[in-house]
Amino acid sequence: MQFLFRHPLILSSIKILVVFMALSGVVAYLVYMERKVLAFMQARLGPMRVGPWGLLQPIADGLKLLLKEDIVPARADKAVFLLSPVISLVAAFSVFAAIPYGPGGWTITNPNIGILLILGLSSLGIYGIILGGWASNSHYPLIGSLRSAAQLVSYEVAAGIAVVSVLLIANSLSLVVIVNRQQQMGVWNVFLNPVAFVVYLIAGVAETNRNPFDLPEAESELTGGFHTEYSGFRFSLYFLAEYTNMVLISSLAVVLFLGGWLRPFSSLRWLWPLDYAPVVALVGAGAFVLWLGLQSRVRGERMFFAALAILCAALAGVVGIPLVLSSIQGVFWLTVKVLAVLYAFIWYRATFPRYRFDQLMTVGWRRLIPVALSSLIVTATMLIWTGYRVVPLLAANLLAGILTAWMVSVRGAGNRSRPTREAI
Amino acid sequence: MTLPQATFLILSATALLSSVMVITRRNVVHSAIWLIVALLSVGGIYLVLQAEFLFAVQIILYVGGIMVLFLFVLLLVNVDVAMRQALFSRQWGVALGTAILLLAELVYGLWRGQAQPAIAAAPASGVSPGNTQAVGMALYQKYMLPVELASLLLLVAMVGAVIMTQKRFE
Repeated sequence: MQFLFRHPLILSSIKILVVFMALSGVVAYLVYMERKVLAFMQARLGPMRVGPWGLLQPIADGLKLLLKEDIVPARADKAVFLLSPVISLVAAFSVFAAIPYGPGGWTITNPNIGILLILGLSSLGIYGIILGGWASNSHYPLIGSLRSAAQLVSYEVAAGIAVVSVLLIANSLSLVVIVNRQQQMGVWNVFLNPVAFVVYLIAGVAETNRNPFDLPEAESELTGGFHTEYSGFRFSLYFLAEYTNMVLISSLAVVLFLGGWLRPFSSLRWLWPLDYAPVVALVGAGAFVLWLGLQSRVRGERMFFAALAILCAALAGVVGIPLVLSSIQGVFWLTVKVLAVLYAFIWYRATFPRYRFDQLMTVGWRRLIPVALSSLIVTATMLIWTGYRVVPLLAANLLAGILTAWMVSVRGAGNRSRPTREAI
Repeated sequence: MTLPQATFLILSATALLSSVMVITRRNVVHSAIWLIVALLSVGGIYLVLQAEFLFAVQIILYVGGIMVLFLFVLLLVNVDVAMRQALFSRQWGVALGTAILLLAELVYGLWRGQAQPAIAAAPASGVSPGNTQAVGMALYQKYMLPVELASLLLLVAMVGAVIMTQKRFE
């Protein structure tokens, strides 16, 4: 038995299975969270019908998509059409093998080229989009995939440059080392290089094809974008891949810039009460659910919420055991941070209108890349000049970031968002 | 046969097969897909040889970057028309000559390299510093000047391409 658990293949398989299941659940309820948050921001209620407060909506949606007819267009390139969603999904899920979820045994693998592996694997997902759009043999999907390819290639450059400035600080490509380095420095990378963080976040939103960069699937222009011709199960694969990519971009943002699994202010010993946050969060969730139940007039709902509250209380009790508490510490903080970034993604969708396509290209090439480049150069220079010191790095980066942003936006050569006299 | 050997054989067989598919498919997009498969298997071979940095670069640059641009252009091609055109045209003689030359070069290289030792032993478990540092040191210290020259050349080529695509300039 001991031998079985010692074997790297078996232990990894178990971890992969757990991550896969957890991720599927997270993605399903991410859709629910998105619909609810958007609804509340627009003074609506969102899904309310299936289960109390629509809590069973993701399960109903999944069942519906599974039972729908899987249509392949008559003139489609069948083999490629069937293969494409699978490429997208495999690329999106396989990347999570290299994400560190917590210290020690909470990582599946820790390859020494961690970040490169993740960038490479996640860039494979675009083939699902391009080939799916092409194989549909239809105009809207083709335009959608063309837009998607152009967008991804453009924004990958900016994201890559932003990541490099983190690598300079950490001196390693391994994600575990990057997080450990942030612990040594005492501050998260976002406070060393906020410019790179902002660039990475914007590029990340663009890479996941989300608002305000959701041109590849702009409903009002392209009906559905690259997945217009897909239905049922295959469409749900695309859908799953897209939301998994969202989780990936937020996890990477957290690991690279927001301290990964580290507790906020992990270097300050006297903030030890923060270690009990998991218990407090669970108790709070239980109390909230109980309050929801007390407000409901339907007997079934009251029982459902009471059961949920009891579950939360039981979990809080289990988490309260010191050994459990210390071991789930990392995963808890990582989850909280990832959820916060995901919430920001949803918030953007409720806030920003969609870009025009030329604006999208301008933002990518003329704004983000120069800003990212300046941040990279300044970080490298300051690391050689003043060493790993927080204040000079932060000050220089902020200054260079603001200066470059001003230069590319106000005095940028060829600012063509307004028609020139010659054009008129 | 050890696991690395078996992996190597499978990967190289895949690479060869998909390369043949690349040049025999009539549909250009199918050719591109097979080329992606070939590039991926070559990347896998790098990994078997413990050149993990090369593997990552192969995936990011060739598979994730260049092939995406290839496909991007191919999507704009009218595949139906392209499929009707003759696949092998008048360049038989030149192609044959080049192939023979390449084969000779390969055989010569293999014959010269016979005496070299095989793959180095695997490093101990855990995270080794890896060959990323080694590649970086070689490129930016030992071969600094050639690298800079090459990058300057690429920059000139890029600027030239941008200028050539401009419709009119005074």
